[in-house]
Amino acid sequence: MKLRQIAHSRTGDKGTVANISVIAYRAEDYAVLERYVTAARVKAHFQGIVRGEVERHALPGIGALNFVMREALGGGVTRSLALDAHGKSLSSALLSLELPDAGESSHDR
Amino acid sequence: MRSIRIGAGAGYAGDRIEPAIELAEKGRLDYLVFECLAERTIALAQQERRKDPSRGYDPLLSERMRKVLEPCRAGGVKIVTNAGAANPVAAAEMVREIARALGLAGLRVAAVTGDDVLGQLEGSLRIPETGGTLADLGDRVISANAYIGAQPVAEALALNADVVITGRAADSALFMAPLVHEFGWSMEDWTRLGRGTLAGHLLECAGQITGGYFADPGPKDVPDLARLGFPIGEVDEDGGLVITKVEGSGGRVSAATCKEQLLYEIDDPARYLAPDVVADFSGVEIRELGPDRVSVRGATGHERPATLKLSIGYRDGYIGEGQISYAGPGAVARARLALRIVEERLRLTGVRCRETRFELIGVDALHGAALSSGGPEPYEVRARVVGRTDSADEALRIGNEVETLYTNGPAAGGGATRQVREVIAVASAFLPRERVRTTVQCLEVTP
Repeated sequence: MKLRQIAHSRTGDKGTVANISVIAYRAEDYAVLERYVTAARVKAHFQGIVRGEVERHALPGIGALNFVMREALGGGVTRSLALDAHGKSLSSALLSLELPDAGESSHDR
Repeated sequence: MRSIRIGAGAGYAGDRIEPAIELAEKGRLDYLVFECLAERTIALAQQERRKDPSRGYDPLLSERMRKVLEPCRAGGVKIVTNAGAANPVAAAEMVREIARALGLAGLRVAAVTGDDVLGQLEGSLRIPETGGTLADLGDRVISANAYIGAQPVAEALALNADVVITGRAADSALFMAPLVHEFGWSMEDWTRLGRGTLAGHLLECAGQITGGYFADPGPKDVPDLARLGFPIGEVDEDGGLVITKVEGSGGRVSAATCKEQLLYEIDDPARYLAPDVVADFSGVEIRELGPDRVSVRGATGHERPATLKLSIGYRDGYIGEGQISYAGPGAVARARLALRIVEERLRLTGVRCRETRFELIGVDALHGAALSSGGPEPYEVRARVVGRTDSADEALRIGNEVETLYTNGPAAGGGATRQVREVIAVASAFLPRERVRTTVQCLEVTP
């Protein structure tokens, strides 16, 4: 299944840094996010876009992860040549991430 | 416990005006805050001010004030905004004239200044993003402004100002100042300041917490986005917060909309740097109390940073761009041919670009080849060429080379457009906070 089936997301920007939240619709799906949506997977997903490090911050109280991606915005929104200089559409790209189906993840849906 | 209601009347300079009028008339507000200053807006405003000393503030401020001053006066609602941009004093004088014309005698309008620190910086100031110093930018520097905190805005409110206009202030500080003023919070009460910063952070983008920027038909439907209501924060003396909106307005306030906005533009959620506090959002809990009523609790804070963030605006060359569309069978192949032709033409004609992008809108422009592969070929596609140059002339030639594809390029290209813009870039730096001195001036409307 795609990440989009269990989570929603929003991208923000500060200078050359993009951040993407990944938020479980249901509290019980947070464990799936925590297990499969790692900083390394996110960095690999955005290879060619994110040149710097990717850090993951966990917010279990709201069932969410926050990914901070350095050097992700081609010099920042004020300088970038990109059509989407803010990187606002990156959240949608992340929601296409493939996750194991419910049965495979030992997660009882 | 006592609480106050703060509405967010704008989430950026060009935002819709009707939701703010709705808040002023029906929001039962104590304060209405307009956040109107993006990173580079102040550099553009500084250029305006140099051309005309009576300008340099947000051009939409006058219309906003004409629409909300009367209902705010009638309802006892005070207004706070950073729309003063590069010239808060001229903005305050303009607002006073509007109030006078509306017959609002006795209305008090305050201007907060001191954020403009361009004249007091040393050339040796380090700018981490460029890897150099302020002196390296030479005469390309346009502006340097410190992100000021809630204190001077609270001082203006203590002078009984009905409208407070700032230049560069931290967005969250515009919302925290009413809390500091109304509840007498100490500027060293890190826990409450952390909670006030959270309230400001959640409200500052206005419609982004009431269902704007959220809808995804199917999984995330939002009603009536054309009539989106802007948010109201009910904040109590301890910093407890409920997010809501005007009953009957469009949009939705839910746990999900609040969670997305909580993490919007956040680095480490345990260390959100603001001028007045290092806020900690990592333990926040969000609970739906009822339709369009969401409680947000559990923020805390730590001692404020020793430095204030500066936003430095500078000229950084030019960007030239051209686009042209292709459709029908073979559209993608013709568009790719178009890109190759323009690339060769720029080389043959000696256009020097520091950086370029050749891409197909509808295919790979947003996320590059790797993420975009595997989709079906689109019916139509738009070729886009963009490059960074040192001169406006060279930037213009990029768009020209796209336009000449009409008669020299692949078959059936249409809708060519071209654009040149000067790049006003913004970089951050840091200054010891004691070097930034703010001043409050208060003007009163005479009959």
